[in-house]
Amino acid sequence: MRNVLVKLSIFMIMPLVFLLFWQFMSSLIDNKIILPAISDVFLLLKSPNQPMIGMGSLVDNLTISLIRVLTGYVAAFCLAIPLGMLMGYSKFIFSLFHYFMGLFRPIPPLAWVPLVLAWFGVASLANFSPIQSGQIYIYLRNIQISMVFIIFIGAFFPILLSTIYGVQNVRKTLIESARTLGGNEFKIFWKILIPASAPSIVNGMRIGLGVAWMCLVSAEMLPGSISGVGYLIIHAYTVARTDVVIAGMISIGVVGVMLDTIFKTLETKKFAWQSKYR
Amino acid sequence: MNSLILETKDLHKEYTTDKKRVIKALAEINLKVHSNDFLCILGPSGCGKSTLLRIFAGLEKSSGGSIFYKNKPLTSSTHEIGMVFQEYSLLPWRTVIGNVSLGLEFLGKKRNKRLETAMRYLRLVGLEDYAQSYPYELSGGMQQRVAIARSLANDPEILLMDEPFGALDAHTRILLQKELLRIWDNNRKTVLFVTHSVDEAIYLADRILVMSAGPGTLLEEITVDIERPRKRSDPEYGRLTTRILEMLDSQIKQ
Repeated sequence: MRNVLVKLSIFMIMPLVFLLFWQFMSSLIDNKIILPAISDVFLLLKSPNQPMIGMGSLVDNLTISLIRVLTGYVAAFCLAIPLGMLMGYSKFIFSLFHYFMGLFRPIPPLAWVPLVLAWFGVASLANFSPIQSGQIYIYLRNIQISMVFIIFIGAFFPILLSTIYGVQNVRKTLIESARTLGGNEFKIFWKILIPASAPSIVNGMRIGLGVAWMCLVSAEMLPGSISGVGYLIIHAYTVARTDVVIAGMISIGVVGVMLDTIFKTLETKKFAWQSKYR
Repeated sequence: MNSLILETKDLHKEYTTDKKRVIKALAEINLKVHSNDFLCILGPSGCGKSTLLRIFAGLEKSSGGSIFYKNKPLTSSTHEIGMVFQEYSLLPWRTVIGNVSLGLEFLGKKRNKRLETAMRYLRLVGLEDYAQSYPYELSGGMQQRVAIARSLANDPEILLMDEPFGALDAHTRILLQKELLRIWDNNRKTVLFVTHSVDEAIYLADRILVMSAGPGTLLEEITVDIERPRKRSDPEYGRLTTRILEMLDSQIKQ
């Protein structure tokens, strides 16, 4: 119990110092547009369901952002994991794609913006959906293809690379011993390769989700956006509401930590063997 | 003499390195293995003894010559020939019993049957209390016992062992040699055991095949005529050790 208290207080030191510094600076500057007081931001965060600056509530915007990120992210890992497994498994497929993809990897997701806008404009998933009315339609209209694409690019490469790395680094003895026990290629793929590379794949998924979430703000700055936390922040900036900007930033951080925690829990629960593996 | 189970004729193996140099690993291997034999293959490091075993396991292709398993040509891996590796080869995400039943899963055995068989072999190696543990919770020697149980659970005709105790400390090694003989006595598989330890070979084998270095050939076959359990203090044990060591020495001088 005492240990927990000690740990908790060590954990709390930096945030407290930070808040104190913030409070001190905001009273020193005494200008809401440059640095609002903690209390102003806290008030916004305390009632996240309240509409602000004519843009709907924080929760509404977060929900839309989250749906966008997840759409791009799911598309990214649905493509990156199978491709990565094949690239890790077959030397031919690896050399077929590796050097080609290497050209695209260094391009920052944001650099795709002009091209993506030229291709997709303000088209959204609603353009391709048979549903043309109701709540689902409104959501679909908010998922612009261009944004999903940017998020997809951001998440794709970390997942792909970790998957390739995971499959290529499966200990050879594991595969060979399975072979001498009578395993064929197919069974070895399912029973050895996939579980052995799972920690690396999940780690890639975790990094990928982080990057996808980070691409959000830039994606939501694209034309055609009328919602999302990223847009909320930009819009708040144009109307000089720095408190809303900070509240939006904090909520992005909090949601990011929450998403990361899901993966972290999965890693420690499912892959405890990995850290103790010699 | 028991029936012939494995035979090679003029088996050889060459590698080509990245720099296009051809290296002869094995040359003219003519070998006869009878069932229930405990055979040790002994040789200096780099003599290709592991390669020979890997060819028998179907993990590598020979460059020429032929191998007959039960009078039929042997071309690929078969679950009738099991292998225990020097490095730890257990699946770290599976429990001990999950590891031992892996081969039975490959063979398509039912779950109940798998667990029952796996448990029987765990009992054989004396690790039934660790069925639910994970490999990383076991010592190196225990892990190798699990690996042996896993190979035996498949009920192979031949058990290939590639320096299985090579990574263990001296004391554990001696304990496991004793343990292996006890297990072998129980179900008398044909064992092909590769080692570079003269002592280990004499302690374990019915016959010792001494190999020469690069390219590996069979130098001499020695029958160990000492009653088991063998005592390292036995004068015959010492004489044999000296003889084999001299043989290996002359190899290095050449």
